[in-house]
Amino acid sequence: MTDPFLIAGTALASRLFIGTAGYPNQQVMLDSLEASGAELVTVSIRRISLEGYAGSLVDLLGGRYRLLPNTAGCVTARDAILTAELAREALETDWLKLELIGDRETLYPDVEQLVHAADELVRKGFTVLPYCNDDPVTCQKLADVGCAAVMPLGSLIGSGMGIANPAAIELICSRSPVPVVLDAGIGTASDATLAMELGCDAVLVNTAVSKSHDPRRMAAAMRGAVEAGRLARLAGRIPKRRFAEPSSPQLGLVGS
Amino acid sequence: MIRLRINGVEEDSAVGTIAELLAERGIDPSARFLAVAVNGAVIRRAEWPEASLAAGDAVEIVRPFQGG
Repeated sequence: MTDPFLIAGTALASRLFIGTAGYPNQQVMLDSLEASGAELVTVSIRRISLEGYAGSLVDLLGGRYRLLPNTAGCVTARDAILTAELAREALETDWLKLELIGDRETLYPDVEQLVHAADELVRKGFTVLPYCNDDPVTCQKLADVGCAAVMPLGSLIGSGMGIANPAAIELICSRSPVPVVLDAGIGTASDATLAMELGCDAVLVNTAVSKSHDPRRMAAAMRGAVEAGRLARLAGRIPKRRFAEPSSPQLGLVGS
Repeated sequence: MIRLRINGVEEDSAVGTIAELLAERGIDPSARFLAVAVNGAVIRRAEWPEASLAAGDAVEIVRPFQGG
């Protein structure tokens, strides 16, 4: 049973993308990434004066993962585009998770600037994966300007609130000409499974794993969750019924 | 000495090129996974030894970091 997963013509071995932020220490991060089975791993681009993990994060990851740099924290298209170009230079990849924030409290995307920046970055040759709101109009616009995928939020980044509007995610998945990656708000395994059952092609998690009590175990849970959700989607669920439908046959009942 | 803005901080520096600036800050210019921009434009690694800095230039020196 093959179930190929392609973004921008590149086959990815795992439908779980995972982030590198917020782990208790480097070793837990590395172990969690391994337990997740993920191929695609996100990183940010930051000024070199920041303290943080000792040594180079990329060296630590040891070439085992496909890196997806993000433009986290950018509030203007200009900053996002510069960050993207710096990311391409530093990591020698065209792939980019585009984030353009319109509100610092909710980290909701600024859709107007997001579409503009995505358009410009696609023209500059980037493979753009934009973090966006769960709005089918936004997702269509992003696909129209050439994004390689769309990444609608389930709920606010880091909130663990799961999928706030499953109907919207399902609608986006049914209409999207590009792969849909549920990105933000996943809290636990069942949220990731639901995303896949609604039709998402992949799921991106970070905080749900890194800030859980046992990140290594949660990473393993997410791996299973995404696989289960995908299998269930392909298997085709039964419809929901208002009334009971007995599973055992009605004939040959004792005492009938 | 010229006044530069390096990673958001105003500093006086005696360097002339990006390569010299990196060396001055103890950064190995051959280190991988580094990128530099001056006044909003990325300067490619091959140009670091030649790219000269002028007073008032804003320099960004970045590398990958943890992120979601």
